[in-house]
Amino acid sequence: MHELGIAEGILSAAIKGAEDAGATRINEVVVTIGVLTEVMEDALQFAWEAAREGTMAGQAVLDVTMVDARTRCADCGHEWVHDRYSGAQCPSCSGYILTLLTGRELKIDSIDID
Amino acid sequence: MKVDIEQKILAANDELAAANRTRFAGHGVFVLDLMASPGAGKTSTILATIDALRDRYSIAVIEGDIASKVDAEKVRAHGIPAVQINTGGACHLESAMIQRAVDTLDLDELDLIIIENVGNLVCPSDFDLGESAKVMILSVPEGHDKPYKYPNIFQVSEAVILNKYDTMGVFDFDEAEFRGVVRSLNGTAPIFPIAATKGEGVAEWAEWLAGRIEAAKASAVG
Repeated sequence: MHELGIAEGILSAAIKGAEDAGATRINEVVVTIGVLTEVMEDALQFAWEAAREGTMAGQAVLDVTMVDARTRCADCGHEWVHDRYSGAQCPSCSGYILTLLTGRELKIDSIDID
Repeated sequence: MKVDIEQKILAANDELAAANRTRFAGHGVFVLDLMASPGAGKTSTILATIDALRDRYSIAVIEGDIASKVDAEKVRAHGIPAVQINTGGACHLESAMIQRAVDTLDLDELDLIIIENVGNLVCPSDFDLGESAKVMILSVPEGHDKPYKYPNIFQVSEAVILNKYDTMGVFDFDEAEFRGVVRSLNGTAPIFPIAATKGEGVAEWAEWLAGRIEAAKASAVG
């Protein structure tokens, strides 16, 4: 249940951002989560509702965008979107020297505040 | 009003992890984050690894558990310094816990620190501790299908230890399928079959680790 730790990380970063901007209320927090992380969106929403309680984000909506895993091959330049099981070898040239471009994000993008 | 923040959710953990990593590199210490489910044989593997490497390297162990100090006591009984972290319910270690534990060790005297993470195939894989490498153990009785169910941990590990290999005949474990799935998840991690409590296969794993320890020492000197 490490989604609670993730939710607390989101909350503390959002509150700091809101306080820096002189706000008193957080309406929405927009986050990006890569599909290769071990974060389940449902569990994160559940944890968020528990974490936000009694804070300036007490009613804040958590807007989660899940990002696909995308990898580029260093040998042939091929880029492809894949699930967890097809990212270890290039489907075009069978190369193994690969760069994961997206899919491991755990990122806060923005907050909506008053 | 919309305000862009653009930061990592685990930024606080990642910053401390980076500080840990710099500190370890400065002392030429190789730090292994060892992950596995409860009962896979983490402590037995650590003890076997210590036996294989203690003549060549100075070793300490950081034990992460939700409660108790039984693992740290086992390691200390082996004559190796051990620090116990109790997470008090948390399912994984975080970089701040490692920072505090390392404060009690003399890094100048050490070549290798083995961190035994909390028994769990899910959460530890998402948290950077500042380690030099993450390595995981799967034990034969857990079944060859575990990479399908817990793919992330197989992807972030630089080596996979297959423990309790001596029980292969008792369990319906398809080693070829296991190796195939691991390879589809992770193109580079070597797989080391071992029987930790009997010492079988430990030499190959220990040699891989020794190579990494030497590289860490060399880069600190350079």
